[in-house]
Formats: sequence, structure tokens, C-alpha cells
Amino acid sequence: MTERQWQYNFGFLDENTKRMLRRGLLKAVAIPGYQVPFGSREMPLPYGWGTGGIQLTASIIGKSDVLKVIDQGADDTTNAVNIRRFFARVTGVATTTRTADATLIQTRHRIPETALCEGQIMVFQVPEPEPLRTLEASEVETRKLHAHQEYGLMHVKLYEDIARFGHVATSYDYPVLVNGRYLASPSPIPKFDNPKLDRSPALMLFGAGREKRLYAIPPYTAVESLAFEDHPFAVQRWPHVCALCGSGDSYLDEIITDDAGHRLFVCSDSDYCQAQRTLQEGMA
Amino acid sequence: MTRPILSTRGLCKDYGNGQGCFDIDFELYPGEVLGIVGESGSGKSTLLATLAGKLAADRGQVRFLDRDGMAHELTCLPEAERRRLARSEWGYVTQHARDGLRMNVSAGANISERLMALGERHYGRLRERAGDWLDKVEIGADRLDDKPSAFSGGMQQRLQIARNLVTQPRLVFMDEPTGGLDVSVQARFLDLTRRLVHDTGIAVIMVTHDLGVARLLAQRTLVMQRGRVVETGLTDQILDDPQHPYSQLLVSSILQA
Ligand SMILES: [Zn+2]
Repeated sequence: MTERQWQYNFGFLDENTKRMLRRGLLKAVAIPGYQVPFGSREMPLPYGWGTGGIQLTASIIGKSDVLKVIDQGADDTTNAVNIRRFFARVTGVATTTRTADATLIQTRHRIPETALCEGQIMVFQVPEPEPLRTLEASEVETRKLHAHQEYGLMHVKLYEDIARFGHVATSYDYPVLVNGRYLASPSPIPKFDNPKLDRSPALMLFGAGREKRLYAIPPYTAVESLAFEDHPFAVQRWPHVCALCGSGDSYLDEIITDDAGHRLFVCSDSDYCQAQRTLQEGMA
Repeated sequence: MTRPILSTRGLCKDYGNGQGCFDIDFELYPGEVLGIVGESGSGKSTLLATLAGKLAADRGQVRFLDRDGMAHELTCLPEAERRRLARSEWGYVTQHARDGLRMNVSAGANISERLMALGERHYGRLRERAGDWLDKVEIGADRLDDKPSAFSGGMQQRLQIARNLVTQPRLVFMDEPTGGLDVSVQARFLDLTRRLVHDTGIAVIMVTHDLGVARLLAQRTLVMQRGRVVETGLTDQILDDPQHPYSQLLVSSILQA
């Protein structure tokens, strides 16, 4: 133990707060996709940094956990580095960038390309937990719509997208129906990642700090991306492969490489990309 | 012998200050259009909202017969059941289009919403049905992607009709549907509504302050004053030979107009 840890409770939050959060999580797991209110705590990080996800991670992390933190798929962005460092300091747990080695993965905007396994937990940072919010401003009304499973409004939006653009224009935070019952926001992951939610062996937890809501998708839960029969759900595809590792089935980010505006398409999942390259070097 | 689709017994909604509706008894048969006529403050809108379950009744019964012949007591119906009936068996046309339409999405989406709420998930079929209904209400399928805000008041009310009738409800509540329309526009709306209601066999309960509007649409009329029904009968009979002094007043006022 370093001297530093004496200043904090394990995981930063006090035990009562953790218990409160765990009770909420148990309820969330029992009712897949249902938004459970919780008493969000002040965290030593601004809201935009994903305090909802951080609180969830803090409430479930154990000494034997191995933590991975990603932001937009990368382990090395400022946000990811700071959150990983924060937990290393207040828990002393091991951290990793390798998806396969992690027991707990906190994320913003992506699900790793490497398939998740049983026993792994994903914690998503959620800015807006209510998928109906842009269509219905009233919280009282959206709760009623969930209670009575009246989701026609969501389909109105998809209809309108197709009428205007010829296809559903939503490419991030694409709405899903969890376990055939609750409409939920998958957080601002690209719709490319939606299929990874469906019947995943990992436990998916979602925390929204500012909105004080948490929800869950338990392992092997059916997660359906909303669509029309004649306009089925489809993920993004690229005419390129990753410029670094040559992968043809990962989510690609476009990066500008010089002042002349040259562009490259590379894996957004930096760990996956690295692993692919290591694999190729080994074979070469 | 057909059974009434809706019947009320001793229905009361009491606001406590003399306002509300009291001891309302009537029966509505499938395919029938019933007018509820009275001035503002007569309790007619309160009655309509109570019938549709938007207000809780204080006393009395409202019995509704669904398309499977099952009776529902609306005054003590759980919210989930009421919403199910509202989706699958009823329609509601409001006086102000902004209360009955989604002004920020297209006419096609407005018409499709109820179909989607009932589970239709085929975009092409939704477009086709919505287009058919825009033709039926004389707006034209070519306006499918226009928003209601681009429509005239008369078109907006006809769009409300299409949005409600597309799912073939068995009962449509109409609250002053012509209230905001010019007289010339009213006539077209009523004429079209009468035709569609007749073709589809839908029952309608329409609230209006204007006996002249009831004359064009309703076979039967209840005249309301101070929360009570003061006269009921065939609309033509009330117009020809009103019995109650208040009905006589209403009749003379439309004859002058
Ligand atoms: Zn790559």
C-alpha cells in the first residue's frame, strides 16, 4: 500500500454510497433496460468525464479486478489515462490495456472489438440515459411511456429519418429494445457496436451521473436495434481496411496525417489494432 | 338487436362549484354519431373528457363494448387498459391541431404513428396507407412528407381525421373539431367527416357549441345546460320542434345566423 491510499476509502466512495449503488445495480440487473434512479455523488472529476460510469466502477471494483479504461476505443487518451490513474490510486488494482486480460472495462463511446467473455463487466459512461428525451421533454411522460411500453414515438423518429434521408440517419446512440421490453439508450457508441450488446456473455452496466440514472443489460440478454422490416438495421461499413493492421471488420476512425490533408483509416480500438499487428509480426 | 357500444348511467363529474356534468344517461350504438351541444361552461367538454377517461368520474358508470364484444367499465379501468383501448379502439380529434397532431413531423409520420403503435413495422406499407388516407381526406398523397405546420387550418383538422381513422377505431371522440374553422371550411370538413364515418361504420361522440354543426353530422343530439342534459332526441326533431326553452334559444340562434 502506498501512503496515498490512506487518504481514501477503497474505490474513493464511502461504503454506504457503494451499497446504495449496488442496490440500484441489483434492481437494474433484475429489470434489464429499466432506468433506476440513484443518488449521484460529487466526484473529483467534472460531469463530462463520465462520473456516472466512474461511480458504478467504484461501487463494484474489487482488489482482484483488472481494470481497462477506454475512450473512443483508445486507452491512451487524456480521459482514459486520468480515469485509469484515478482508480489505480484509490484502489491499487492492476490495470491493463488488453481487453482479454480485463475483468472490468470502463468505456466511453465504444465496445472493444475483441469478443467479451463470461465474467467480464463493461461499465458505460452515459450522458443521456433517456432514448425518448429528444422526442418528449417531460420526464413524467417518458416514464409513463416506458411503464406502458408505448414506443410508437421512437418509430415515428425512425420513420421520419427514412422519409427525409432514405435511411435511418442515427449512427450513434442507436435505440435498442432490451429483453423485448424496455427501450434503452446504448450510450453514444456507434451503431456498429450495437450487435455486440445482443446476447453478450458479459454484464453491461450503464451510469449517467448528471441524470442520476443507472441501468443494465445482464449476460445473454436479447438486445434488438429498432428497425423496419423493409429497412433492416445495418452497421457502418468502410470501403477500406485499417491502414495499420489491415483489419477489414473493425470500426475505423479517419485521421488526417499531414497539412496536405492526407487521410488514413485506422482501427478506433487501439488495443485490437496493436494485437493484430503483433500477430502479423509473429507470423512473418 | 345490436348492443350499444357505449352506455352511461348516472355519470357525474363534480368540480364542486356547480361546474361539471351531472346524472348523464345515454346510449350510443355502433356507427352512430351523437352530438353534445351546449355553450361554454355547459359541461359538454367535461363530459367528453370523462367519457374518454381523461378525467376521473365522481359517480356513475360508463360501459364500453370492445370489438370482441367484451364490456369494460371505464370509470374504474386501470390506466394500462385505458391506454390500450385508446390505442386500439378509440380516436380523439381535438379543437386545436397542435393538441392532436405532432406539428414537427411529416403528415405521413402523423398518420403512421398509430399504426406503428399497434405493431406495423413495414415502412413501405405505412407510406402506402398514409398516402391513401391523405387522398381520402382530400389533402393528397403528394403532401406525405410535408409538416402539418405547412397546412391550412382545415387541412390540419382533416389530417387529424386521417391520423385517427387509419387504425379503424370503433369510437372517435371529437372536441369542437370545427371550432377554429371558417364557416365555408367547416362545411367541407363536416361533409368529408360524415362520408368517412358513414363508410367505415365508426361511432362518434362530437362536442360542439353549434347546433348547426351537429345538424350536419349527428343523427342524435344531447343538449346540455349547466352540467345537465336538458333535451335529447333526433337532431332533426330538436331543430324542428325544440321542447326545452334552452334548446329553443339555441335553435333560434342558428336560424338567425
Ligand atoms: Zn487496425
